[in-house]
Amino acid sequence: MTPNDREKKSAPKNDSPLKSSERIEGVAIRFAGDSGDGMQLTGTKFTDETALAGNDLSTFPDFPAEIRAPAGTMAGVSGFQIHFSSIDIHTPADQPDVLIAFNPAALRANVDDVKPNGMVIVNIDSFNQKARSRAGYLEDPLPDLRDRFQLVEVPFTTLNREALQGLDLSQREIDRCKNFFALGVLCWLYGRPMEATERWLGGKFKGDVLEGNVRTLRAGHAFGETTELFPVSFVVPAAKIESGTYRNITGNQALAWGIVAAGVQMERNVFLGAYPITPASDVLHEVARYRHFGVKTFQAEDEIAAISSTIGASFAGQLAVTVSSGPGFILKQEALGLAVMVELPLVAIDVQRAGPSTGSPTKTEQGDLLAVLYGRHSESPIPVIAPSTPGDCFHTMLEAFRMAVKYMTPVIVLSDSFLANSSEPWLIPDVDALERFPVTHATVPEVGEFQPYSRHPETLARPWAIPGTKGLEHRIGGLTKEDITGNVVYDADNHGKMNRLRKEKIAGIAKDLPPIEVDGPAEGEILVIGWGGTLGPITAAVESLREEGLSVSRIHLRHLNPFPSDLGDVLRRFENVLLPELSDGHLAMLLRAKYLIDVKSLPKIEGLPFKISELTEAIRELHTASA
Amino acid sequence: MAAEPVVKLTRKEFVSDQDVRWCPGCGDYSVLANVQRVMPDLGVPRENVVFVSGIGCSSRFPYYMNTYGFHTIHGRAPAFATGIKASRPELSVWIVTGDGDGLSIGGNHLLHSIRRNIDTQILLFNNRIYGLTKGQYSPTSEVGIKTKSTPQGSIDHPVDPIAFALGCGATFIARTIDVDAKHMQVILKRAHEHKGTAFIEILQNCPVFNDGIWDDVQDRKSRAQAALVLEHGKPLVFGTLDNQKGIVFKDGIPSVIDLAEGDDPIERGVVVHDERPQASSYAGVLATLRRPEFPLPVGVFRAVEKPTYEAMLQDQVDSAVSQLGAGDLRKLLHSGDTWQI
Repeated sequence: MTPNDREKKSAPKNDSPLKSSERIEGVAIRFAGDSGDGMQLTGTKFTDETALAGNDLSTFPDFPAEIRAPAGTMAGVSGFQIHFSSIDIHTPADQPDVLIAFNPAALRANVDDVKPNGMVIVNIDSFNQKARSRAGYLEDPLPDLRDRFQLVEVPFTTLNREALQGLDLSQREIDRCKNFFALGVLCWLYGRPMEATERWLGGKFKGDVLEGNVRTLRAGHAFGETTELFPVSFVVPAAKIESGTYRNITGNQALAWGIVAAGVQMERNVFLGAYPITPASDVLHEVARYRHFGVKTFQAEDEIAAISSTIGASFAGQLAVTVSSGPGFILKQEALGLAVMVELPLVAIDVQRAGPSTGSPTKTEQGDLLAVLYGRHSESPIPVIAPSTPGDCFHTMLEAFRMAVKYMTPVIVLSDSFLANSSEPWLIPDVDALERFPVTHATVPEVGEFQPYSRHPETLARPWAIPGTKGLEHRIGGLTKEDITGNVVYDADNHGKMNRLRKEKIAGIAKDLPPIEVDGPAEGEILVIGWGGTLGPITAAVESLREEGLSVSRIHLRHLNPFPSDLGDVLRRFENVLLPELSDGHLAMLLRAKYLIDVKSLPKIEGLPFKISELTEAIRELHTASA
Repeated sequence: MAAEPVVKLTRKEFVSDQDVRWCPGCGDYSVLANVQRVMPDLGVPRENVVFVSGIGCSSRFPYYMNTYGFHTIHGRAPAFATGIKASRPELSVWIVTGDGDGLSIGGNHLLHSIRRNIDTQILLFNNRIYGLTKGQYSPTSEVGIKTKSTPQGSIDHPVDPIAFALGCGATFIARTIDVDAKHMQVILKRAHEHKGTAFIEILQNCPVFNDGIWDDVQDRKSRAQAALVLEHGKPLVFGTLDNQKGIVFKDGIPSVIDLAEGDDPIERGVVVHDERPQASSYAGVLATLRRPEFPLPVGVFRAVEKPTYEAMLQDQVDSAVSQLGAGDLRKLLHSGDTWQI
């Protein structure tokens, strides 16, 4: 392309901006650029606008572990996918309909994912020889793409510079605004309002930086309206979803708000001890903002100190919580064993990431299930709850704290990197309707002596007696406790009895769990069972197969320990049970061992969420094989 | 709550009903007795006292105190104590640890809890050996010590607890001796009065695996020559009346001088002990004084004021409440962009 061509193609026209618009059900867009190009921000702002437009949506940020990998390289490509629709959707979509690639590396890393004949918008300014070769392209990739996609070449850099002429900004500062030019174009293309973004910019920047961002955003919008590059714009009508007040929420934000909410609903102060780790740190950051709720956060010197301080705070009577991810969580296991022994309430969150070892810190996985269940030495039962959507993380935290206090036990919440960073529209719960669960601590007994290891007849929970309570002074610790008194004893029968009591206590939580809801026929040919963050793709896959006429049922496990009491019965009602999970079959192994049922595992260990197509394919195969 | 009449407790009320299970002759017995003896004088209600320990012989300590107590996991007691004190600043929190628990597996936590200046008392029992695991060398053992795990002699250079605490920026550092009841009680009270982390190294004898390492400072007769008792505002003198000596610094290098009867130590240039310099260099020199070339200093090396972690944390909570108002969950959930369907 010669400079002249470019000018011809890009120059805004002065004729009527009126263009035709086309109504579509939904679209998936992926923003991709250097990790310093502001792709996550652009995607997030587009998401906010889309939420305000009333669509159902689902997002998937996909970024490298490096904060700023060398510019223009494949290692530094950061992506953000948003899927929005006028109908109920469950996933960020397998394949984007539209890709915006800010440089050749972003194109190369993403273009093969785009739907055939989808739209590929490139920042043509960055497609020079040098940038192409840095991305590993030997030749200009664009001519070939023109046959496969609707290729739109926009000189984002040049247009942004033109729009920002006259502002007191450096070239670098000007160029950093170009993602908002692109955002403006996309907002025009899909009829998104821009008020929320402008409001956000107003709160974030001032002076010429603010002016620059707003100006380029509007210039992008105007460019979309006038350029011939985009002959039509699209209308995605609002989705018909349950009425109420909505907001966008990510899984990590929902975990944090659930922690704060637990303090309010349970009328106790919250203590969060944590050590920074991807992708869990955001929970610490978010909770740290809410000191006015009486919340204390403590950034510990390491993962062990994080859990240890948390257990200390629990001993002192706080709603105590720690948050980490796989490698950090493993370091907490010894202390969690102590929490089991001393039977103190706390919540330990594991935002799982792809491992082993450092693995792929920003990628998702469900590979910690066996570790959190069995990764401590000896008999060390801890309840495990797994949220299934970003918004569900909020309610999971409330449930986890309630369970911890009611049963005097640590509780593990298993989130994952996908839930942590994806967002969805969330029906804001009515605060008055949330269950209140005020905590009561032990008081001096009217008759007899206080016994720290006496038990509630139904829950088997021991009393939560906290320092500062006169008359309840007592000692706890990791040594085997005598039943009832809690004194240190080395009696074999007592040791076995205490092991069995702790096991029975945790198993008894199953009494509180609701019966399993089967989506689809209650018995039949195929049951797909999932847990945690795979709910979206599994639901989408099952729904799409039902539309094809296949009879498929689906259940989703939230409680991984103890299992719901009716799980075995439900599984036995189906000829085939398929279990997709983002591990090499952890839950499948457990179910096979516990229920002696031939559960078929569908493992995925690539560090990525399931694609709907992967699931539909596996289910179809099972259907064909069993027919 | 109506204020209850203050009735002074007795030592007995701090003794729990558990049988003490240390070896006969263990230095831990005397530390326990001294702590129990001092407790009634501190004026803290028993229910507000919490003893936290890690793993090791000394870490059984909380079981024997009739207060709240938590025997935790190896090396992590300071982290547990941090959670307790940060969330409940009104509690009096005592950490009991040893040279292995505190300086080996738990070195990191000791470092960070000291530098945060969280208001706890840390009692580090230093017997320079692993007792509970039956006699391996510890991070404070001398080079060359032959133990089960070092049959040819240890090749580890030891860490000095006082120098370690100084390096961490401790605001209160002291050393005392297991058998010197009077001195220990004074130090324990001072440690409790101090706002911030009070670190005390207690020289403690293990009669089974490392017997006699502190003999010269423990023995009443040799102590006068072997120990240098630090007292704020008083010259660094030691020895007996007929054989008095003092510490002088020349170009920052310490040395021992003999004092004749009637000598004014200050006129002779003997250093006057000062607990309060903000810079830790003076206390750093004191920490290097070792037997047999020098007497071993006991007493308060350093006592300076700095804001405590738990107080600053509580201030942040209070100022957030006064600036933003008490948290309102409905407001939080509806903050930012929302929309109606």
